[in-house]
Amino acid sequence: MIRQCAIIFGCLAIGELIVHFTSINLPSSIIGMLLLTLLLKLEWIKLEWIKGIADFLVNALPFFFVPAGVAVMLYYDLIFASFWEILVASFGSTIIVLVVTGWTHQHLRVRTKKNRSKREKLIAR
Amino acid sequence: MNWIFQNELVIIAFTAIIYFGAQKLQKKTGIVVLNPILITIAIIIPFLIVFHIDYEVYNKGGKYIEFFLKPAVVALGVPLYQQLEKIKKQALHIIISQLIGCLVGIVSVVLIAKMMGASKEIIFSLAPKSVTTPIAIEVSKTIGGIAPLTASVVIVVGIFGAIFGYGIMKLTKVKNPIAQSLSMGNAAHAVGTSKSMEISPNFGAMSSIGLIINGIFTAILSPYILKLMGHWITF
Repeated sequence: MIRQCAIIFGCLAIGELIVHFTSINLPSSIIGMLLLTLLLKLEWIKLEWIKGIADFLVNALPFFFVPAGVAVMLYYDLIFASFWEILVASFGSTIIVLVVTGWTHQHLRVRTKKNRSKREKLIAR
Repeated sequence: MNWIFQNELVIIAFTAIIYFGAQKLQKKTGIVVLNPILITIAIIIPFLIVFHIDYEVYNKGGKYIEFFLKPAVVALGVPLYQQLEKIKKQALHIIISQLIGCLVGIVSVVLIAKMMGASKEIIFSLAPKSVTTPIAIEVSKTIGGIAPLTASVVIVVGIFGAIFGYGIMKLTKVKNPIAQSLSMGNAAHAVGTSKSMEISPNFGAMSSIGLIINGIFTAILSPYILKLMGHWITF
């Protein structure tokens, strides 16, 4: 358990240091996440060392954000003043993202498949 | 009532109990709209208002819960590592579609909000709306948005995507299952991913790739995208 904490907070601390010294535009937690992935990939850290705490943290992730959500009560006026802007912009944009991302990926797959079969035909000739 | 809530442990226990109940409720009913986070917030805020408890008092305990957000994002490195092989196989397709999803997500929400006359603070708070909450909160703070507003918009967007996402994609002829689940993760982050997980573990895995990669892209790119857009639009 202590080793698990050491790994998670170690990655996070390194992330904080990197942000502090490089003024990079990334949250320290994201750097920590990429670092953890890298360390797992390099097999410097074994998956079973970290699995327990990682499963707990990932599963409980939505819970940790409740206080930030409650803080909305501080911005009451702001939200009600721009209620429709917020609603239309976020829902509209979500629909656009769903469709455009889906189309793009689908289109890329079809193209690669076509290219592959073209190549195979050429070779067959 | 107020004096009980001066104790931070009471606040933590109170929040956890409500969240646990909300989670049970959703599992029992299977209704996506009954999102545990949404319900917990919808119970706590009126409660605090009715009993005249300031947010500052609630946050004495709340800050200990929020503390775990950062380690939890680091822990996302584990599922990312587990999906690495799958990502590698179609790396280019995934990266290109996620990149476009990220760009379209930020640009469209900024443009729509701007057209409707939203203020600078609101626009910046909406910009990271597609990514998972802890990342969105960090991004929002970085670019000068209002983090709590971002947090609530993110959840609402996630629930909206989970409920209507697959229907919308069916209507617009996004038929390929991988494309569907990837864009679900891109647009509706963790909430959308849990919806995909219900369909099948494969859908869930692809959605989580979408949520992680778009999270990274949004964290890296959103300050630059907004700066670029600033050349054409005055926020």
